[in-house]
Amino acid sequence: MSKTYHLTAPLSDEDVEQLRVGDIVYLSGVIYTARDAAHKKLIDLMDEGKELPFDVKGSVIYFVGPTPPKPGDPIGSAGPTTSYRMDSYSPRLINEMGQKGMIGKGKRNQEVIDACVKSKAIYFGATGGAGALLARQIKSAEVIAYPELGPEAIRKLEVVDFPLTVVNDTNGDDLYKIGRAKFEVKD
Amino acid sequence: MREVKYEDIVKAVRDHIVYSGTNLSKDALASLNRAYEEEESPVCKEVLRQLLENADIAASEDRPLCQDTGLAVFFVKVGEDVKVVGGTLKDAINEGTRKGYEEGYFRASTCEWDTRANLKDKLGYNLPAMIHFDLVAGDELEIEYAAKGGGSENVSRATVLAPAMGRAGIVDFVTKVVSDAGPNPCPPIIVGVGIGGTFEKAAISSKHALFRELGTVNDDETLKSMEEELMTKLNNLGIGAMGMGGRETVLGVHIEKLPCHIASLPVSVNVQCHSSRHTSFKL
Repeated sequence: MSKTYHLTAPLSDEDVEQLRVGDIVYLSGVIYTARDAAHKKLIDLMDEGKELPFDVKGSVIYFVGPTPPKPGDPIGSAGPTTSYRMDSYSPRLINEMGQKGMIGKGKRNQEVIDACVKSKAIYFGATGGAGALLARQIKSAEVIAYPELGPEAIRKLEVVDFPLTVVNDTNGDDLYKIGRAKFEVKD
Repeated sequence: MREVKYEDIVKAVRDHIVYSGTNLSKDALASLNRAYEEEESPVCKEVLRQLLENADIAASEDRPLCQDTGLAVFFVKVGEDVKVVGGTLKDAINEGTRKGYEEGYFRASTCEWDTRANLKDKLGYNLPAMIHFDLVAGDELEIEYAAKGGGSENVSRATVLAPAMGRAGIVDFVTKVVSDAGPNPCPPIIVGVGIGGTFEKAAISSKHALFRELGTVNDDETLKSMEEELMTKLNNLGIGAMGMGGRETVLGVHIEKLPCHIASLPVSVNVQCHSSRHTSFKL
């Protein structure tokens, strides 16, 4: 039976080790946005031995490219993008830099799932296409790196009770496989 | 010749883009409500509840339903007795698109294929629109519009089957595309299928099939029966809303057909996410 948790980012090993696939997490605190273009820049900095634009240890990275904010709003609609485009970058951020959480939608490859086990991290699913609803849980947004990337710039977000489901946990389980097997009807 | 003003086309395109990007189409909303009522999986039922609440928030606050406001896709039937005055029809559609996306606070999502540089400054905000023109009899302009997101486009596939593979081959191909896509295209999805024609015509048909209202019945008996067969088969995959395991995977299967070459059986599958933002109007 799935459980419900309220957690605050950045996350610790203890925070993530208790979570199992299918659990609901309401996340508050500070998280960072990055899509593939920003991930590539982070990995390039790591290769050059340079400092990254935010502290990755314990961090949760949200894969999102929001719409422009309307006047007076911190951010526009902001639902998750498809995560596989980050598969070639996420394991290094988890294994070498201590990233603890990823928020996106869609399947991850085995390297990401293995990194979640090895270095204790979680892949959370947010509801794709619920960009207006999810934006309500974002209280502030500030571009902290790569403004030239527009919607793909790295933003520091302050979130309150951001609704998430655990898709890949520190046991190596995958909700997409387990959930589907439960409801599949064979011919 | 009936004259239609350039500015009137720009305004109509702009207004329809802004409205359909913030107000989920009635057919998609009805379909999501039905899926929410019938879903047995608690985790998917919660996803569907969030989608219905999202549609409420977007409509009441004039916010984009999804941050992927898509590329602007048009099917335009141009009456042979229509003359556009004050500019060209293509320019009017592009200008209406630019205004709609920019003034609606939508995202500019067009880029160069290699550098991935955004084209908003070079070509204009979210330009170019993807336009399919057809020349027809009469003095009307009929414009069908949909916003097409990237996540569902990325799992779409086309092939050319051997004619002997027939109906069973088509059903297997469509099932494989949806099964392989799993959670990625934001299910529950709408599946557009184009059968026949040439390679590219099948793909265009599969796109156009997505513009059909959910809940409508195909008037071709064979296609109607294939749509029913596929609905059952695809929902039996157990993918569910956002792929988390459930019964409601597909909101509709829409098939269009064209005559084939005697040697070929082209098939294209175009996938649409649950946020089906489409509209049509006449000028």
